[in-house]
Amino acid sequence: MTQNSYTDSNIRWIYPLPAILFVALLMVFPVLYTTYISLTNWTLTSGTAPSFIGLSNYGQVLLEPRFLQALWRTFVFTFSAVAVEAVLGVAAALLLNRVFVGRSVVKLLLLLPLVATPVAVGIVFNLFYDPTIGLANYVLESLGLPGSSWISHADTVLFSLVLVDVWQWTPMITLIVLAGLASLSDEPAEAARIDGANEWQIIRLITLPMVMPVIVTAVILRLIDALKTFDIIFAMTGGGPGYASETLNLIGYKYSFEYFRMGQAAVILMVLFLIVLACSVAITRLGKRIER
Amino acid sequence: MKTTLKLGLAMAVTMGLSGAALAQTKEIRVLLANHPYGEVLKAAIPQFEQQSGIKVNVESLQESQLTTKLTTEFATNSSSVDVFMTRPLQDGKLFAKNKWYEPLGGYDFSDYPANTVSIVTYDGQPNIVPLVTEWQVLFYRKDLLEAAGLKVPTNFDELTAAAEKLNTGGLAGFASRGKGAAAVTQLSTFVYNFGGNYLDKGVAVFDSKEAVDGIRYYGKLVGSYGPRGVTSMSWENILPLFQAGRIAMWTDASVFYGQLTDPAKSSLGADKIGIANVPAGPKANSPFYVTSWGIAMASQSKKKDLAKTFLEWATSKELAAKAMEANITMARTSVWEDKAVTAKVDPGLVETRAFVAKNGNPSDRPFMSAVGEARDLIGEIIIESINTKGESPQIDQMAKDRAVKVNTLLRDTGEYGQ
Repeated sequence: MTQNSYTDSNIRWIYPLPAILFVALLMVFPVLYTTYISLTNWTLTSGTAPSFIGLSNYGQVLLEPRFLQALWRTFVFTFSAVAVEAVLGVAAALLLNRVFVGRSVVKLLLLLPLVATPVAVGIVFNLFYDPTIGLANYVLESLGLPGSSWISHADTVLFSLVLVDVWQWTPMITLIVLAGLASLSDEPAEAARIDGANEWQIIRLITLPMVMPVIVTAVILRLIDALKTFDIIFAMTGGGPGYASETLNLIGYKYSFEYFRMGQAAVILMVLFLIVLACSVAITRLGKRIER
Repeated sequence: MKTTLKLGLAMAVTMGLSGAALAQTKEIRVLLANHPYGEVLKAAIPQFEQQSGIKVNVESLQESQLTTKLTTEFATNSSSVDVFMTRPLQDGKLFAKNKWYEPLGGYDFSDYPANTVSIVTYDGQPNIVPLVTEWQVLFYRKDLLEAAGLKVPTNFDELTAAAEKLNTGGLAGFASRGKGAAAVTQLSTFVYNFGGNYLDKGVAVFDSKEAVDGIRYYGKLVGSYGPRGVTSMSWENILPLFQAGRIAMWTDASVFYGQLTDPAKSSLGADKIGIANVPAGPKANSPFYVTSWGIAMASQSKKKDLAKTFLEWATSKELAAKAMEANITMARTSVWEDKAVTAKVDPGLVETRAFVAKNGNPSDRPFMSAVGEARDLIGEIIIESINTKGESPQIDQMAKDRAVKVNTLLRDTGEYGQ
């Protein structure tokens, strides 16, 4: 009896308990542990036990030119990829929102890049980009254009990787925006048409503003994902040539699994974590503002 | 009476259970590399299981993933691995320093060359049984050299001249790895042949004039006559280009000869492909000749007796002879002295191996714990050298600067001057 009343009075704690434990174990603990590692001098190559060294890893890594370049590159990669994806994705959604023959087939085709395994995508694009026997240069050269070095040169590698990301993820934005468009009522556009607005004006002044909350959500989701990109870059260039395509995730991997500087790798991953966290906070804030 | 019965039953159950538990423990976990010798082992393991009654759970991984997996498991003290394949020059110092290898005091190493055993010996005890060796060779297109009226180059001057002559529109005259860290091993022979070295007694010396000359020459060759985009190419990119007939000469490890001449994998035809020693340099003629793979027991293993049984079987002379038939170049001396075995091995491999066994250098990279990072640092100089065809005025300064960094790594890991 007493037990029952205990359960009753604490039911609001007991029900979510499994979920809280799950989050604590799988999310909070790793973050805290990574924070702890980032404050130690744990390196496997020294063969000595790790000891607490305070913030000195942060001082070392945050000033390292290679880290700063990777940080900058992460932003360049993310923002250029997501910007192109947003423009193309919304444009494709607006086109697909019209009724035409074969619309469902096109939608299905759009899904394909999304479901492809990133490593497989990387391998295929590697063949495609090969400067000597790849399809990309074959096409360029048979059109009388000069071939490119694609991922083989420091100047073109980031651009080539952005292209792959655009190919794979533009459809995601299209599909989300398309869902948003489907939920819009036709009436405002109809009214505008009767008042003499042309198609471009309707899109610019009515459809886009109405669907904007959905576009913003799609873009921010994509932004968070693109910041964390690892698989495609790892499979295609491993961060090379040299360090020319190293993003924070890649340099974090190298520091931990190739250099075995676990403490410093943890610093890099903490920085990436904070950036992604900031984006996530932004999305929730923005969501609330749009709701209001 | 009842109690006795119960007691007896309980005992029987307990014994039964422990019997079952004993039967279950005759099981080991083995991590192999995706390497031809790993395949030989996998194919033979069912036979071993039958003979020994030990169940072997095998996992195969690509080489760098193998290192990553082992490192993570060992570093967190959570490993159930009993036996694993390992790269002595890449993993050796790191693993030995962290005491992840079980010392192999009782193993008979008399069938292995002394300098091979010395590379796997730490604190006076061998830690790894050498499995496979490889050495640097020159692969070349017999038909193209003949058509151009060229002999197989035997020194660097002839090599440059041949590369220049063969280099035409769609054909690269010469290729070798250009991808920074991956190129370090293939550059090593060039550095040695110019009289340089990466490390000398635990001190970085690749900023010496000899070593820098080697780096510049490598950059000139690969940069001038290499395929487009070579600074992002390792063997996995060069091999298909060579097979597609787009490369005339290629220096890399002997291990690829089998794939080049395999009619199922190459359209060129084995008769067009030659193998020769790497041409001599101005100061030396000493290609790398290394133990690329070995096999070891985990110090964390709880079944060392079973693991030892497996290790002795996996490194047996019989399996080595079998692997040789598949052109896998094994480390055991006796298989190379056995005419019945070498008769089945490609003569090109037998000849080039005879040369390197006498003249080879037993390392192809800076042999240190922080080898991954040191390779990246040297890789930066290689890329600069290739991009400028060996002409960049910065190369000397870069070499000095990177040598300082490698020395710092050596100091941090307590290996400086050792």
